Amino acid sequence: MLKENDKIFLNLNGNHKWNLEGALSRGIWSNTNELIKIGSKSIIEIIQKSELRGRGGAGFPTGLKWSFMPKISDKPHYLIINADESEPGTCKDREILRNDPHLLLEGCLIAGYAMNCKTCYIYIRGEYYNEGVNLQLAIDEAYEKGFLGKNSCNSGWDFDVYVHRGAGAYICGEETALLESLEGKKGQPRLKPPFPAGVGLYGCPTTINNVETIAVTPTILRRGPEWFASLGTKKNTGTKIFSISGHVNKPCNVEEEMGISLRDLIETHAGGVIGGWQNLLAVIPGGASVPLIPKSVCDNINMDFDSLQKVNSGLGTAAVIVMNKSTDIVEAISRLSYFYMHESCGQCTPCREGTGWIYRMMEKMVKGSAKISDIDKLLEVTKQVEGHTICAFGDAAAWPVQGLIRHFKPEVEKRILEYNKHKGAA
Amino acid sequence: MKHPGLINSIKEHSIFEWSKKNINIINKILKKYPSERKQSAVLPLLDIAQRQNRGWLSKSAIEKVAFTLSMPIIRVTEVATFYSMFNLRPIGKNFIQICRTTPCWLRGSKKLLEVAKNETGCALGETSKDNLFTLVEVECLGACCNAPMVQINDNFYEDLDEKIFSNILQKLKKNIKVNPGSQIGRNASEPFEGK
Repeated sequence: MLKENDKIFLNLNGNHKWNLEGALSRGIWSNTNELIKIGSKSIIEIIQKSELRGRGGAGFPTGLKWSFMPKISDKPHYLIINADESEPGTCKDREILRNDPHLLLEGCLIAGYAMNCKTCYIYIRGEYYNEGVNLQLAIDEAYEKGFLGKNSCNSGWDFDVYVHRGAGAYICGEETALLESLEGKKGQPRLKPPFPAGVGLYGCPTTINNVETIAVTPTILRRGPEWFASLGTKKNTGTKIFSISGHVNKPCNVEEEMGISLRDLIETHAGGVIGGWQNLLAVIPGGASVPLIPKSVCDNINMDFDSLQKVNSGLGTAAVIVMNKSTDIVEAISRLSYFYMHESCGQCTPCREGTGWIYRMMEKMVKGSAKISDIDKLLEVTKQVEGHTICAFGDAAAWPVQGLIRHFKPEVEKRILEYNKHKGAA
Repeated sequence: MKHPGLINSIKEHSIFEWSKKNINIINKILKKYPSERKQSAVLPLLDIAQRQNRGWLSKSAIEKVAFTLSMPIIRVTEVATFYSMFNLRPIGKNFIQICRTTPCWLRGSKKLLEVAKNETGCALGETSKDNLFTLVEVECLGACCNAPMVQINDNFYEDLDEKIFSNILQKLKKNIKVNPGSQIGRNASEPFEGK
C-alpha cells in the first residue's frame, strides 16, 4: 500500500481546488527555480537514476529518452505532451488535466529546460473539451505569475506552452501520428528511423512524453531519485495511476505503488469484483491493446511492466478492465476488434484490411456461425497483421484476439458447436 | 465508415465567412505556431468553422479554412474526413454520442442506446425531425471509470443508468439545462459508495 505522504497526485479525485491557488497549497511551483538550477545534464541524470519508465504504455525509460535529444543543434527543440488519451479503459490523464494541471505545467517547464526546448505543445484529445478549458486557464494563470513565458520562474529560461486540441483519432496517440496531426495533416504514423529526437516536429529535435510521465518529474527532483526508486519493484519504480473500470463495485482512478498485486488493487481500492473474487472471469490489465489474463493468472499477479510481460500481457497504461462471469467474453473482445477497425488510419494494408477481417470473423465467433477451423485461421491472420505495419497499432489490434484464443478457446469452440447443433435441429 | 462526399448548406446564403469574433480568435491561434507553419492550425480552424456553422462543415466552410491557411482544398478535405469529430452533414441541437467500447459496454451502454432510440425517435446516425437530436455511437471517450457515459455536444454525462439518461433526454426536450459530469454526485472518478 502506498503511504499517504508518498503520493504525487494530491488532487487526483478533484477534492481540492484545481487552479493556481490549489496548486500553490500543494507545493507546486514552490521552488521551481531551484530545480532548474540543478542544470539540464544533472536533471536528466536524476530522472535516469529514478528509473522512471514512460507512463503512456510502452514503458520506455524516460531519462534515456531525454538523453537522446541532441546537446547542440541550430534548430529549435520541441517538447510535446501526449494528452491524446484514447486507449480504451484509460482515463488517468484526464484527472491530471482537469484536477491538477499545474503539476503537469511545472513538469513541462523542467523537462523543457532539461532538453533545451523553448516551446511545448500539449496535444489533448478533442473530446476532452472541458479538460482543455481548465488546462488553458491554468496556463494563463501561470503566465500571469511569470511561471511560464519569458524568464520562466526567474530562471532565465524562456518557455512557452500551447494547447493543441485533437479532433477524434485514436491513432494520434502514436507519437509520429501525433506529429503529423500537429503539422496539420491526417494522423498517419511515420516510419522510424528517423526518430523524433532527431527529426520530429517540423523536422526539428522533438521529445514526446505522456502527461503522467511529465507530471511526476518535479516531485522526483524535489524528493530525490532514491525516494522514487524505493517505491515499487526493481526496474518498475515509483507510483502509478491505475484506472479500474468494468465489473467492480467502485470503479475509480487511484495512485498506487508499482508492483501492487492485482487482487489487492481491486479489493482495496475498487470495492472488489461485483459478485466477489470467485466471480471474476478475466482482466485486461493495461488498456484494450494488451491481451487479457484469466482469473487463474489474476490470482497471483503483480501490476508492473515486467511481471505482466512474463504472462504474455502488459502493463500498458495500467487501465484495468475487470470482467466477471456475467460477461460474454467473446463479444467483449469483438467490441475491441470493432474499435481497431474503426480507428485504423488506413495507411498499411495488413492493418487496414486485417482489422476489418478480424472484426467480421470475431462477429461470427460471437454468434457461433464460424467453423472450428476458423479459430486457427483467425489466429494466423492476427499473426500476419502483428509486426507488419509501420506503427504498433497492428500489434494492438492483434493482441486482444490472440489473448482470447490463448485463454478462452474452449468457450469459442463451445459456441460454434452449439450454433451448429441448433442449426441441425432446425 | 463515414460518407466522404461534401455538401453545401441548403440555405440561400451558403457562402461561409468568418464571423468578426472568430477572426480575432483565429489570429490568436495562428500565433501559437511558427509563421511558416500555418497549416498546423487546420484542426483548430476546422473546429471553429464547425462551431460557427452549427455543428457541421459545409464544403464552403472547408474552402474557407483552406483559403485562410493558404492550403490546397484537398488537403483540408483530407483532414476533415479523417478525424471523427468533424461532421460533414448537419446535426441536431443535441448531438448525442453514446460510447460503445468495452468498458462502457460492460456497464450497460447497450441499454443506453435503447433509451436514446426511444426518447429521440432516431435510429443510429439519424437526426430527429424536430432537429432536436442527432444520435450516434462513438468509440472510447476516455472516461471509463465513470462508465457508462455519453457525450452531448461538448459535455460528458457520466455514471449513467437507463433512468438517469432517460431523465436527461426528457429535460433536453423541454430545453432544461442538465449539469454535466457524474450524475450520481461523485467527484471526478473517486471511489464512490453506492456505485
